[in-house]
Amino acid sequence: MGLFIAQLLTGLANAGALFMVASGLSLIFGVTRIVNFAHGSFYMLGAYVGYTLMQVLPGAFGFWGAILLTGIIVGLVGVIVEIVVLRPVYRAPELFQLVATFGVILVIQDLALMIWGPQDLLGPRAPGLKGVVRILGEPVPKYDLALIGITPFVALALWWLIARTRVGILVRAATQDREMVGALGVNQSWLFTGVFFLGCALAGLGGAVQLPKGGADLLMDFNILASIFVVVVIGGMGSLPGAYLAAVLVSVLNVFGVTYLPQSTLVLMFVVMALVLMIRPYGLLGREEVAGDPGQSGEPERPIKPAGARVRLIVAAGIALLALVPLIAPPFATVLVTDILIFCLFAASLHFLLGLGGLVSFGHAAFFGGGAYTAALLVAHADSPMELALLLAPLGAGLLALIIGWICLRLTGVYFAMLTLAFAQLLWSLVYQWGDVTGGDDGLVDIWPPDWASSSTVFFYLALVLCVGGILALRHAAHAPFGYALRAARDSKRQAEATGIDTRAVQWGAFALAGAMAGLAGGLFVFAKGSVFPNELEITRSFDALIVVFLGGVKTLSGGVVGGAVFESVKDVLTRFEYWRLALGLTIIAVVILAPEGIVGSLRRLGERLGLLRAPEDGS
Amino acid sequence: MNAVLSVRNLTKSFGGNRAVDDVSFDLARGELLALIGPNGAGKSTCFNMMTGHLKPDGGTVSLNGSPITGLKPRRIWRLGVGRTFQITATYASMTVVENVQMALISHHRRVFALRPYAHRLYRDEALGFLDLVGMAAQADRHCAVLAYGDLKRLELAIALCHAPGLLLMDEPTAGMAPGERTALMQLIADIVAQRQLSVLFTEHDMDTVFAHAHRVMVLNRGRLIANGTVAEIRADRQVQDVYLGGGTLFSALEPPSDA
Amino acid sequence: MRRKTFLGAAIAVALTLTGLQASAQEPIKIGEINHFKRMAAFAEPYRMGIELAVDQINEQGGVLGRPLEFIYRDDQGEPGEAVKIAEELMTREGTVMLTGAILSNIGLALSSLAAEKHYVYLASEPLADALVWDKGNDWTFRLRTSTYMQAAMLAEEAAKTDAIRYATIAPNYAYGKDAVAAFKENLLALKPEVEFVAEQWPPLFKIDAGAEVQALERAKPDAIFNVTFAGDLAKFMREGTMRGLFDGRKVFGLLSGEPEYLDPIGEETSEGWIVTGFPWYDFDEGAKKDFVDAYQARWNDYPRNGSIVGYNTALSVAAAIEKAGSTEAEAIRDAFVGLELDTPVGPITYREIDHQSTMGAFVGTTAVRDGKGVMVDWEYRDGADYLPPDDVVRELRPAN
Repeated sequence: MGLFIAQLLTGLANAGALFMVASGLSLIFGVTRIVNFAHGSFYMLGAYVGYTLMQVLPGAFGFWGAILLTGIIVGLVGVIVEIVVLRPVYRAPELFQLVATFGVILVIQDLALMIWGPQDLLGPRAPGLKGVVRILGEPVPKYDLALIGITPFVALALWWLIARTRVGILVRAATQDREMVGALGVNQSWLFTGVFFLGCALAGLGGAVQLPKGGADLLMDFNILASIFVVVVIGGMGSLPGAYLAAVLVSVLNVFGVTYLPQSTLVLMFVVMALVLMIRPYGLLGREEVAGDPGQSGEPERPIKPAGARVRLIVAAGIALLALVPLIAPPFATVLVTDILIFCLFAASLHFLLGLGGLVSFGHAAFFGGGAYTAALLVAHADSPMELALLLAPLGAGLLALIIGWICLRLTGVYFAMLTLAFAQLLWSLVYQWGDVTGGDDGLVDIWPPDWASSSTVFFYLALVLCVGGILALRHAAHAPFGYALRAARDSKRQAEATGIDTRAVQWGAFALAGAMAGLAGGLFVFAKGSVFPNELEITRSFDALIVVFLGGVKTLSGGVVGGAVFESVKDVLTRFEYWRLALGLTIIAVVILAPEGIVGSLRRLGERLGLLRAPEDGS
Repeated sequence: MNAVLSVRNLTKSFGGNRAVDDVSFDLARGELLALIGPNGAGKSTCFNMMTGHLKPDGGTVSLNGSPITGLKPRRIWRLGVGRTFQITATYASMTVVENVQMALISHHRRVFALRPYAHRLYRDEALGFLDLVGMAAQADRHCAVLAYGDLKRLELAIALCHAPGLLLMDEPTAGMAPGERTALMQLIADIVAQRQLSVLFTEHDMDTVFAHAHRVMVLNRGRLIANGTVAEIRADRQVQDVYLGGGTLFSALEPPSDA
Repeated sequence: MRRKTFLGAAIAVALTLTGLQASAQEPIKIGEINHFKRMAAFAEPYRMGIELAVDQINEQGGVLGRPLEFIYRDDQGEPGEAVKIAEELMTREGTVMLTGAILSNIGLALSSLAAEKHYVYLASEPLADALVWDKGNDWTFRLRTSTYMQAAMLAEEAAKTDAIRYATIAPNYAYGKDAVAAFKENLLALKPEVEFVAEQWPPLFKIDAGAEVQALERAKPDAIFNVTFAGDLAKFMREGTMRGLFDGRKVFGLLSGEPEYLDPIGEETSEGWIVTGFPWYDFDEGAKKDFVDAYQARWNDYPRNGSIVGYNTALSVAAAIEKAGSTEAEAIRDAFVGLELDTPVGPITYREIDHQSTMGAFVGTTAVRDGKGVMVDWEYRDGADYLPPDDVVRELRPAN
């Protein structure tokens, strides 16, 4: 009994920081609809700033003062980010802002490294709360008890702020109806800034408050990201009580998981999330998203046309030029271009889903990695030849997409995105954990092409044919009735359903096709690299593709491919610099601000302005 | 009576509130039937149960004698029911003609086809429908830049693609200028006459209703309180009370001066 | 005709001369791939160790009369990137061999590439046993004392105590699993009556230390084998000390004594753990002291474990190329097989049987001195004594 209570208390204490960070994310999403990928970075910043302040400020007063001050400082950093980075892109397509926040992650990573150095910092202990209290004979740290006491207080203060103040009323109004706030004569941009301040301050507070139980290190931004997304989704996006409930649920379950199923801790959270979403699609306390067609913000997409003779000629010339690479360029170019081609196919497959289908998947790596592992497992366990493995990679990934898509497509919008993320993570943990078959994080190695294809040049041509083929196939599908139906389902689900189109089936098919193409890219990747590791299933891989599609331009047909090619090339250059993350982050932010329609979209606009391209009628 | 649409005892509650209460009516072939009522009378709820967007708590909806209650919208469409929306629903990223082609692709059951290119498929047929609603000249315009009245016409063209026997139109003239309204209703009336369609429409604007409907039903607090010809409805005290009581006085209830 | 020949010969000689001259000045380049950003705390001291050795080697005339140069590239912690960069280094930058990686998965990816493309790869820091055994190949060599060796050293110490009931805590990934398996295997061989009563597997860098401590306490072990490191270790030590987990229990900590991990913990270091690590602060004589002095003089910083690994990496590379007498891949590879050299910590050999170096580790007991975590009563253990018998190794390494 004593142990049980002690475990419960540990769980409750852990829920504290998690709740603070997650509630900030939830608040920001609720009001601004921004999925703030950088929220983990503000948490990390909170830990570092808190650490520094605690070194300076003495005693118990200094300790708690440092925590409060940290909240304010991190909140102000959030305000700077909001004003400089996000404000210019509020009118960009839905979820475009997450690209900007991704840039912020990279920038903060390098800045933290510059300021605080690479070494982990162990958080100072809270003055006066260093020891333990015995409860039923079990030791419980005093600071845990303090956290358990403080968290509901923070939650109540938030509740009071939201429920009882004018600002709170505006925030609530904005959560439910953003247009209305504007109609009420409230300056919406300052409301957004204020909410960003509060949300980031909460993240900073979370980072500072966990210091006595942990510390500050440079990996903590990504390490907490998945957990807070899970908490926010389980609780219901935008719901603060939900966030608290979910934080407690996840933390307490985790403590018992550690004791009774020690290997389960990798997956537990995601299993809970998937289960909750399958039963309550909008989280425990979330509200159903307002029905109707998703508000496509910004200018609607232009009609598409299959390429005319001239463009086809140009593309053919481009491909021919690519085919010359091994003959005229230095040997490494062949390897680099192979990598870029594979990545372009991966990006194009996500673009098909995201651009044409309006389906934002946060877990597309599941299919890239799924294809990669299909191929690698076939080679490793069945000695299958490369040709067969490459054939089965898209099939395996497509099958996986059929299963995951069937479940995820019951949801829409951000909930859909989150569920795809959860499944990608589930797959990741399965691969990671099931060492006997998948090799765990030691991966599967020595998966090389057979002799005929082992030279970089031959493999390049193989990749060229398959990737260009895949990309063209996706483009063809976009122009085919199927692609039109997919766009119809995105543009107006109501009308599509009312004219006999089974929109879910269409989206399901698209999900499978995109998955299969990502799987083909994954299969090629394995043979290009000779090995595969769970890295190919990680969140970062999904984000890579997502960023590229947005940077390329969601509302243009070639956005995925162009974004992939540009991004991979830029990355290849930038990673040579010492502070490449800073450089890459700033580049991403610059593109976001300067080209909110993505690279292709903005180039097209430029072309129209210069009179090189025909502007659309009534072009705004 | 050989009804195209038969509604019997249709009932729907939202949290104890009876939005639609025991509504029954028939719609005959070739008939242009209006469903009116003050705000919150249950028109949209009633409408959505016929189109399959809402499941009724009780009662049945039959199409040509077969029950369609609780079917999905796309099934009901397959059975020959076209519809338009109160707030227009079109494919903003496509051209006008492609919007119609999309409906035709579905009509010909080629939604999952991978060839040929969709923009070539059924284009002439689609242009025919656009011509019918007076939109042929705008066929290749981007749908997103259309005027509101044109979107309504486009929706009508889309609704006609599946050769429906019944059209359900939710406020077909909402948000249009008076002149446009008359033109659109006249167009609908012509098409109805020409194709022997039946139409059920809801409407706010009484001028429109009284000028074009063959028959009018009045819904109040979920119940049908009147069902008759235009003249009968005009004369109905209860209807007048409802509109007066509901605080929505409309001039159309006064007999027009030339009547 | 004759004149022409003479002219031709003259030009040829001139070309050869300038060519020779050029090659005399042209450095021998080594491609070093690491997670300089993702694991900056570990990779930086390692890089500084390499640089120190390179400076010293070049001061003494370089290798084969040419200066040695390391080209550093960041792989973002991604195996796919590492493979790409390796190709670039070998085909565009003109490097003659590859070194680097801390993360095992990247080590394995590079090792597989090395075998496929016939590049020499010295896996300097990755610990995975698979690198030299299960997935070992002709082109890969590993410098650092492996997981197995370090676990065996601690198992030997554990066998000397009277603890019977053991609990283990290790990060839930390959390194953690390998370490626990090796510790069990060695300890059970030495002391068959030992029982393992609990196994905890916190996710890497996401430990819930309070819960882990409670779970370990619940099993009431006599001793604990710890494999957690970095931030996880700090949290584990703090929670464990606070909740009294370590009271009256023997704790064996793999790598726990390395300055990389003890320094951030400082005065909260749990005392009395038996650990492997790198007690540079007590090196007061011989080559070890020279290394520490030179390092501090060069960098105005103290060495970490990574520093000595980096230093020995550069020494190994130089020795191999010198022995090969050429920068041809095959020659370097052949030179590495059985290569012997002296390092600050002692002589090492790259074993013919599995390409593992015999670099050892320091085993000692943790203590707090002047507010810092240190190792006391330490002793250097030669790696050669902690590897399985040859016949077992042959079985473990199918490549042979």
